[in-house]
Order: sequence, then structure tokens, then C-alpha cells
Amino acid sequence: MDWMAWTGPTAVFFGIIAATLITFTVLAIKFPETPRTGVLGIETTRGDRLFITLLGSAFINLAWLGMLSAPQWGALIICLFYAIAVFRWV
Amino acid sequence: MNKAVNQKAWFLILPVLLLVAFSAVIPLMTVVNYSVQDTFGSNKFFWVGLEWFEEMLASERMWNALGRQITFSAIILAIEIPLGIFVALNMPKKGFWASLCLVLMSLPLLIPWNVVGTIWQIFGRVDIGLLGYTLSALGIDYNYTQDFYAAWITVIVMDVWHWTSLVALLAYAGLQSIPDAYYQAAKIDQASRLSVFRFIELPKIMGVLMIAILLRFMDSFMIYTEPFVVTGGGPGNSTTFLSIDLVKMALGQFDLGPAAAFSIMYYLVILLVSYVFYTVMTNLDKRDGH
Repeated sequence: MDWMAWTGPTAVFFGIIAATLITFTVLAIKFPETPRTGVLGIETTRGDRLFITLLGSAFINLAWLGMLSAPQWGALIICLFYAIAVFRWV
Repeated sequence: MNKAVNQKAWFLILPVLLLVAFSAVIPLMTVVNYSVQDTFGSNKFFWVGLEWFEEMLASERMWNALGRQITFSAIILAIEIPLGIFVALNMPKKGFWASLCLVLMSLPLLIPWNVVGTIWQIFGRVDIGLLGYTLSALGIDYNYTQDFYAAWITVIVMDVWHWTSLVALLAYAGLQSIPDAYYQAAKIDQASRLSVFRFIELPKIMGVLMIAILLRFMDSFMIYTEPFVVTGGGPGNSTTFLSIDLVKMALGQFDLGPAAAFSIMYYLVILLVSYVFYTVMTNLDKRDGH
């Protein structure tokens, strides 16, 4: 695995994503759901909302990094609110 | 009432997941690892945090390459989609000529990218190429190795030549699936040719058209071989598109960190656009009741 040039933080990052995916898979099997239509006018399941959250969070982090010189954890707080909003209304 | 979604079927695609893990996921993870480190070769890496992302977000070179890339994709979509539909509308519906048209239309799609590049590189040369020689004989100053506009026009015309038939074939398939009854009804209502297109043909081919747009967007957004062979990214760096610049940065200059940081952003943009297209497509399908 040397060639993959692993670092602690990236391992934690992928670990969290993998754990999230596994959690959502288990949730989807244990508690099947019907898709619902939210503010975007599209049908979404929990998985869709997770995807929208993760992709949006990536862009929020990049925008924060590119436009502000504030510490990066500030972007994570915004992401948290974003995630809550997506899971509540999308 | 909607049936609950059964997610167990996902386990059936495990073999594909394994394949994708080796061909895409593991390389992508490695790119993420590279993007937060610096290296001077011999597999030694130094942690730099988000520095490369910051540098790339402020880098004029990359924004310019992104701008050129978006411009390129927008231009070829604006030409290929209407042109493809137009060609499809005018293709014979059945018989010998339909088959002949289909074969002829498929030919450019069968040619490998680097060969397409080589064809156009020679085709456009002023000394031996048919296009370049003819244009200069007509008194038009055309030199794609030195002139910005000539280079862009060559690359765009090449892409249009190579890929319009894909759009045309997809649109043609969509048009063929429209039952005759629709046209008969339109005739009874004395609908004009334009309204037949607007209210019957266009809505019916929307699904395949979306696929065509998505395919053409993704393909043009990652275009590398053809412009690399024809113009080498020049003159200057006027046709240096994103992937050309990334390869230059990663392999030419061996700046793995910055190149990794930028390719992640590149990937995110493609992911976003593809997701939006996919969502629009599936919603169109649902609206049509498929």
C-alpha cells in the first residue's frame, strides 16, 4: 500500500465516508423507504440526499478555502447546517 | 401508491463494484492522498495539508484552462446537438438509403481518437493537407499552428466531424420509435412542420437527446488526444484544455500535488453536472410514465 501514499487524515476521511455508506446501506435494508419529493421537485431517497449533501459539502469547502482565509472547520459547520437542511427539505 | 424500494439488489452488482474499485476507486483515493502532500520523487511524500487546493483555486493558469474547457464544451454542444437533430430529421426512414446513411454516419465513430487527430493534423496542413492547401489557394490565411482562431476552428470542426453522427444516430433512433398515429393526427389537425417538430418529435426524443448531451458533455469535457495530436495545446496555450494542462503538470513537471488537487476539483465539476443531467433525465422519464 506504500504506493498509495496514505496519510492519517486522508485515511480518516475515507473511513468516515465508508462508514457513512455502510450505515446508509444497513438503514436502507432494515428500514426500506418510499422516495419523497422535496423542494427541488425531484424524488429523493436517503441515499440521494446523502449524495447531495456530500457533493454540496465538497463545494462549500472549496468555496470557503478559495474565498476566505478563515480556518477550515468553519466550512464544516456550514456543511452541517447544509446537511440538516438537505435531509429535512430536499 | 409507491412500492418501497428494495435495496437488496445492490448486492448483485458486487462483481462490478470490485472491478470499479480497482479501475477507479483506488486510483481516485491515491489522487486524494497525493493532493495533500508534496513529493520530490522516489515515493517520498511530505504533508502539506490543503495548500495545493488553495494554490490551485488562486491559480490563473488553471482557471484559464477551465474557461477554455467550458467554452469548448459549450461551443461543440451548441453545434452538435442542433446539427445532429437536423441530420436525423432529414435521414431516410427506411429502405436501402436508410441503411447506407446509418453505415456512413457510423464511420467517424469507429475511428480511434489519435487517428482522428492525425487525420486532421495532416488534412489542415498548408503544404500537403487538402483543407489547408485549398484554403491557402483561395487566399485565406489559415495556419492552425500559429493562429489562435484557426487552431480553435480546426479543433471544433474536428470534434463536430467526429461526434455529430453520435447525436444524429441517437436522435434518429428516438424519431424511429414515434408511432405513425402521431403524424396522422398532426396531419388531420393541419399542424405545420414546425409544430410537428415542437410538439411531437422533440418531446418524444427528449430522453435520448439528454443521453446524447450528457455523453457529449462528458466526452468533450475530458478531451485530450485529438487537440493534443493536432495542435499540441498551442499556439501558446490557446487550445490547452484541462486534461492537457493536467497531464503537463502531473507528468511533464511532476507536480503531482497541485495536479491531484486540481483533478479532484475537475472530477467534482463533472460529478455535479452529470448528476444534474441524470436527475433531469430520470425525472423526464417518470413524467413520460416509463
